[in-house]
Amino acid sequence: MQRDFHPRGQATMERVVQDGVQRVCTESHDRPPPELAKALEADQMKTIVYPEGSLMGDWKRGETIAQSGRGLTWNDKPGEPAGGSCYNCHELSPQELSHGTIGPSLRRFGKTRGTSPEVQRYVYGKIYNAKAYNLCSQMPRLGASGTLTAAQIKDLVALLLDPASPLNQ
Amino acid sequence: MRALAFGAALALACAAYGQDVAKEIQRYRQMVAEGSPAELFELDGEALWKKPQGPKNISLERCDLGEGPGVLKGAYAHLPRYFKDADRVMDLETRLLYCMTTLQGRNREEAAGRVFGSADRPSEFELLSAYVAGQSRGVRIEPGMSHPKEKASYELGRALYFYRVGAWDFSCTSCHGEEGKRIRLQDLPVLYKPQYARPVIATWPAYRVSTSQFITLQWRMNDCYRQMRTPEPTFGSETTVALIHFLTATARGETYHGPGNKR
Repeated sequence: MQRDFHPRGQATMERVVQDGVQRVCTESHDRPPPELAKALEADQMKTIVYPEGSLMGDWKRGETIAQSGRGLTWNDKPGEPAGGSCYNCHELSPQELSHGTIGPSLRRFGKTRGTSPEVQRYVYGKIYNAKAYNLCSQMPRLGASGTLTAAQIKDLVALLLDPASPLNQ
Repeated sequence: MRALAFGAALALACAAYGQDVAKEIQRYRQMVAEGSPAELFELDGEALWKKPQGPKNISLERCDLGEGPGVLKGAYAHLPRYFKDADRVMDLETRLLYCMTTLQGRNREEAAGRVFGSADRPSEFELLSAYVAGQSRGVRIEPGMSHPKEKASYELGRALYFYRVGAWDFSCTSCHGEEGKRIRLQDLPVLYKPQYARPVIATWPAYRVSTSQFITLQWRMNDCYRQMRTPEPTFGSETTVALIHFLTATARGETYHGPGNKR
């Protein structure tokens, strides 16, 4: 891949070098040995940086972020806000019928879970680095990869948990 | 005019959306499949194939696509394959570039300067792919699988299909790994399985309704990697050819009936 790829825009060559997670998941066809998975998930957990205070932002902004599939490609302008591409794979708000099915439906996600600090922390962490919870998850490490900012992830937490969010209606 | 009709079909499909989604999507696809604009690209491609170009001012008509110089019938259905003169496996687009640089004497940078076109101005590779692929309609898909380099190319393509890489940790299987999944409303074929690869490969290259562009397999590899957030794969590189080889080999035995239509 070093030979056959060339950098373009913000997509630089270090991206074709696999990290440990990518290597283990490739070699095991996404079924890593449980012990190894546990150890690597613990490493990934350490990458998560939690902001101070409440982890719930604004669900309205969260909806916009969930809709947007921009960010990190070679034709995205560096510095412009990225999206989470959430609807590409997940069902979220009932108004949006054009949603993917690769990930589980998140309809009424907050209904049964509430908004406790523990739940907020789990959701924030999962969006920040999905590999800390399930090593070979197909979900990008949206915080750890530098795709989304802390404020954006907080807005997504609100989209999932806020009782006023359309997702929880 | 046709583009308008497709636009109307799309609007119709969208308006009806929500009543019976699967049925409407099916109906829309059927409407799109009837009377394909791909034919227009085939005609322009034929003219380009016969047009003298480059320092030698000759056409591509003597280009050997694997069946002998100038033989077009069935050539596309038997690609990718190993070419002795280049000592490597080539897909159609890579071979076209080879013929432009050898036969027509064109400089590689110039010939490959604009490999993907736009709705207003298709690239040479898009037009030529439409024409050449059309000459394989009704021919069974049988890419080269016997030469050691063909076997190696297939194996490399298979490994790449499962190779997780890039800023978002994707492999081809992230989207094309499980049956019955969608991105937004787009169904995702599991392309390492023959039953899914066959109908897909049998219709590439294709006219893409949503962008009014004619798209090729090199474009498809390029745009998948773009969305995988990797750097850009080089046009005609071993990586891109190997993936196309793997996908085509997975579809072997199917009768080619493209160029087709895509969403």
